[in-house]
Amino acid sequence: MARVRWAPGYMSDTSDASDFDSETDGERIGLEHGAGGEATRKLVAETLASGFVDPEDAVVGLTGMDDGAVVPLGNKNLVLTTDSHVIDPPFFPGGDIGRLAVSGTVNDLAVMGATDVRALTSAMVIEANYPVSKLKRIADSMAATCEEADAAVVTGDTKVMGNGEIDGIVINTAGVGVAPHVTSDGGLEPNDVILITDSIGEHGISLLAEREGIEFGSDLVSDVKPLNDLLARALEVGGEKMKTMKDATRMGIAGALNEIAEKSGVGIEIREERVPVTSDVKGAGEMLGLDPFQIANEGVAVLGVAPESAENVLNELWEHSKGENAAAIGKVIDDHHGRVVLDTGIGSRYLREPASEPAPRIC
Amino acid sequence: MSETPPAGPTGQIPGGDGDNALEFRDPEKAEAIADKLAELAANLSDPPATIMHVCGSHEQSIAKFGLRSMLPDDVRLIMGPGCPVCITNMPEVDEAVALAEAGVTVATYGDMLKVPGTTKSLDDARAEGADVRVVYSAADAAEIAEDQDGEVVFFATGFETTAAPTASVILNDPPENFSVLSSHKYVPPAMEIVAEMPDTDIQGYLAAGNAAIITGSGIFEGIVDEHDLPVVVGGFEPLDILAGITKLVEMIGNDEAAVENAYPRCVTEEGNQQAQRQLWEVFETEDGEWRGIANIPNANLVLRDEYAEWDSRVRFDIETAHLRNESASRLADDCICGDIMSGKAEPTDCEMFGEECTPDDPVGACMVSSEGTCKIWHEYGGHPDI
Repeated sequence: MARVRWAPGYMSDTSDASDFDSETDGERIGLEHGAGGEATRKLVAETLASGFVDPEDAVVGLTGMDDGAVVPLGNKNLVLTTDSHVIDPPFFPGGDIGRLAVSGTVNDLAVMGATDVRALTSAMVIEANYPVSKLKRIADSMAATCEEADAAVVTGDTKVMGNGEIDGIVINTAGVGVAPHVTSDGGLEPNDVILITDSIGEHGISLLAEREGIEFGSDLVSDVKPLNDLLARALEVGGEKMKTMKDATRMGIAGALNEIAEKSGVGIEIREERVPVTSDVKGAGEMLGLDPFQIANEGVAVLGVAPESAENVLNELWEHSKGENAAAIGKVIDDHHGRVVLDTGIGSRYLREPASEPAPRIC
Repeated sequence: MSETPPAGPTGQIPGGDGDNALEFRDPEKAEAIADKLAELAANLSDPPATIMHVCGSHEQSIAKFGLRSMLPDDVRLIMGPGCPVCITNMPEVDEAVALAEAGVTVATYGDMLKVPGTTKSLDDARAEGADVRVVYSAADAAEIAEDQDGEVVFFATGFETTAAPTASVILNDPPENFSVLSSHKYVPPAMEIVAEMPDTDIQGYLAAGNAAIITGSGIFEGIVDEHDLPVVVGGFEPLDILAGITKLVEMIGNDEAAVENAYPRCVTEEGNQQAQRQLWEVFETEDGEWRGIANIPNANLVLRDEYAEWDSRVRFDIETAHLRNESASRLADDCICGDIMSGKAEPTDCEMFGEECTPDDPVGACMVSSEGTCKIWHEYGGHPDI
């Protein structure tokens, strides 16, 4: 690619800041490109993934833009996924970047159907001068979360960047698992019932409240947790009737629901009053001007189940401590294809994916 | 505003508390009101009844709760010039940009940053190194002036609700390096102009309860007398709005032109008299251009001569000619923001809506402000009739 150098006599070929400043034409990366919504999907499709071709036998490849990829291994479905974590602050009410890094990847595997996590990797990029005691806390938290998820980090990588070259710590985790039944985003059919595994908005709202220095009492803490144990139970009961599972992370359940509606080519109708939201989240959301539907969760999944199995799955979720607040929140319709209709109890409107992430660095 | 709004029936301030707010979001009560509304609409002699509201907060609530989807077909609800950021004229933004570029600290509300001037926004000026600060109130801007030696200009936008606090700051001995670039607007004259627009053809106004807390509901008597249509002052919870619309449809059906207060837990006929005294002590009205709508008589609020020492336009010789490069802003020529704010068009009538024009990259002011119709429709699905 030809480069226009703005400074005469600039001869060095090193990739420093002025090098990317000198790229004068074209679009630049904005925070929205990392938000996991429309802008991210467009960047991945048009810039990052355009040169790759999915393996012929891939069940879900890069083009699927799902939570993870599924490739056959012998007669099994191998699920792979990777996720980088940049959360600010790294220690927050109800969790820390270590618990988040393990939960995020475990959940991405689990919602593809790989609730039995075979192995995880962990790659850390750390800023020089970072306290080792904090690193130890993060590592201990990762180990404890692995134990909870019955998973293990089996390989890793550690890099250090100079002071000011990176903000504290970034953790990437990758994982592999095997899915007996693949629950990709595009599996919904009309009349399927939409379930949610927990009350929504707690991760994002608690984190933003913490950042804004607003105290709402001890109840408002992040929901970050591994969900593979809960989803394994749901899959056991639902079997092939479990059409879709998706963790409602960035962009909240609004993002997750729109994505599965679009990929399945169906409409989804949600009844707002059925969606569990704690009064703390409601109150803090109103105060901060944030919609709990559009805010990140790190331990909440949206499920699409055939109507005949919905009740059994819901009962099973209720049996588990992580599914006590689970609820049936809506159904799949053969109308408004690719969109989500929200019945507010008073009127109806579309529930949109937020145009940009309400707050950056939330996961 | 020095007085707290009166408490609601349960002794709490409406909207300030989750549980209390729920009382005004009760689906069963909504259904009961909707039934009555349907009955009244069915008896209209000359349907449809077109009702205009003039407040971004009303539109927020209408879109968020999907209220349009439950209105009878014979009741049309449209938004008028209710977004102060949206109707701030380009030359006014140019003045603020010119001052910022000249090295003056410009403090303003966050929504104003991305509003396009003729060629530049304050955000552009800030990116180029100008000192532009976001504040939540006129008092915040005066505090910045307190803390520095250089000049601080408060680029003051908003209707009566924000003009009154600006007046209060000026009356309370602000620092000498503080001045006000007023783009404050006065809503009633704009309601009168829009009421007479043939394309708009409205039969009633739902007036903004928050402004009426200051001005009192009595302020709308003039509109009723002059234009022979009903004005109902409404609050912002969905049931408040539904009740206001129902009252309006009843009055339209009975051919009754009067002012009604459907928000009595907050609004009185007289309003907040102290705030009014301060407002008119400092400001007077002047004819002025509302962006995209019209030149409206007596709808701009400017500082009176007695307070000229705090008027940025008197203190500085503001030169904006260099900012008016006519070759720029091609897309803006196609923006129909003005038609939307006069109730002649809806956001979805605009070809750029959600395409070239998005909240991240807005073409017109209606997509910038959280009170702009386009931004609100975009956020809540862009297509409220389901």
